[in-house]
Amino acid sequence: MRATVLVRPKLGILDPQGEAVESALGHLGFSVSEARVGKVIDLELEAADAAEAKAQVERMCAQLLANPLIESYEVEVAG
Amino acid sequence: MASPQPRIGVVSYPGSQDDRDALWALAALDAEAIPVWHDKPELPDLDAVVLPGGFSYGDYLRCGAIARFSPATAATCDFAAAGGLVLGVCNGFQVLCEAGLLPGALVRNESLRFVCRDVELAVERDDLPFTSRCGAGQRLVVPVKHGDGRYLPPPDLDPRQVVLRYLDNPNGSVDDIAGVCNESGNVMGLMPHPEHAVDPLLGSDDGALLLASLVDAARERALAAA
Repeated sequence: MRATVLVRPKLGILDPQGEAVESALGHLGFSVSEARVGKVIDLELEAADAAEAKAQVERMCAQLLANPLIESYEVEVAG
Repeated sequence: MASPQPRIGVVSYPGSQDDRDALWALAALDAEAIPVWHDKPELPDLDAVVLPGGFSYGDYLRCGAIARFSPATAATCDFAAAGGLVLGVCNGFQVLCEAGLLPGALVRNESLRFVCRDVELAVERDDLPFTSRCGAGQRLVVPVKHGDGRYLPPPDLDPRQVVLRYLDNPNGSVDDIAGVCNESGNVMGLMPHPEHAVDPLLGSDDGALLLASLVDAARERALAAA
């Protein structure tokens, strides 16, 4: 089963990478008022069904993939 | 009888860089400095543990996030839970935050630049095993060298857990925080590198005040256990 985790810097946490990207896009002539940089983690895992896969990935996020103090995350499971 | 040399372990993770400097500095300050390899699930008989700077396990995902699961980190957590003295420097500080032994997190410098220079610090607490040779308000010059040193405290951080503050904040740390301790004061982390500042030939020996405080406290524990 495939799952994707989107990890984002939490709202309200300064994201200097996002600010640098926003500024670079501005230099290219794009009108961007905010950019925030997170990460994507694609997983291939063993699970009986999508619900179990999602539960497993949620545990992975809590234990390792995201730091709840500074990051939020979303889990997507694709059968 | 000569006072015993306290036994202070320095954990080496794959990617640690400052473990040898930490061992050298502790030995120069009259401790028996003992290298501890990262895959050891049990620590040798120690009076204190130092987690050094570097890029443990490549610092993949987040700084310190993988090292948190290393056997030596688990053993260090048990050691700290039993009241043992633990000092984390730079990457070691990041590992202690990821492991939950210290509050908060360390993220990318506000400037996005790696910063490598001497910084001036103010000592906020002089009553800890890591600062007993300092005076409250004393200023120390110690180098920093990091790309991810901006400290974000949890919203409920007790201000008494702030041990050191930057006078000239190099990384955007909230409230200029350079070093914190846990609630019981036996675990401390800091981004500056005291092990690189133990000899005036290297620009400053102020780091020796912090490390010698740790050696003193470790010696007291060794004597108490003897």
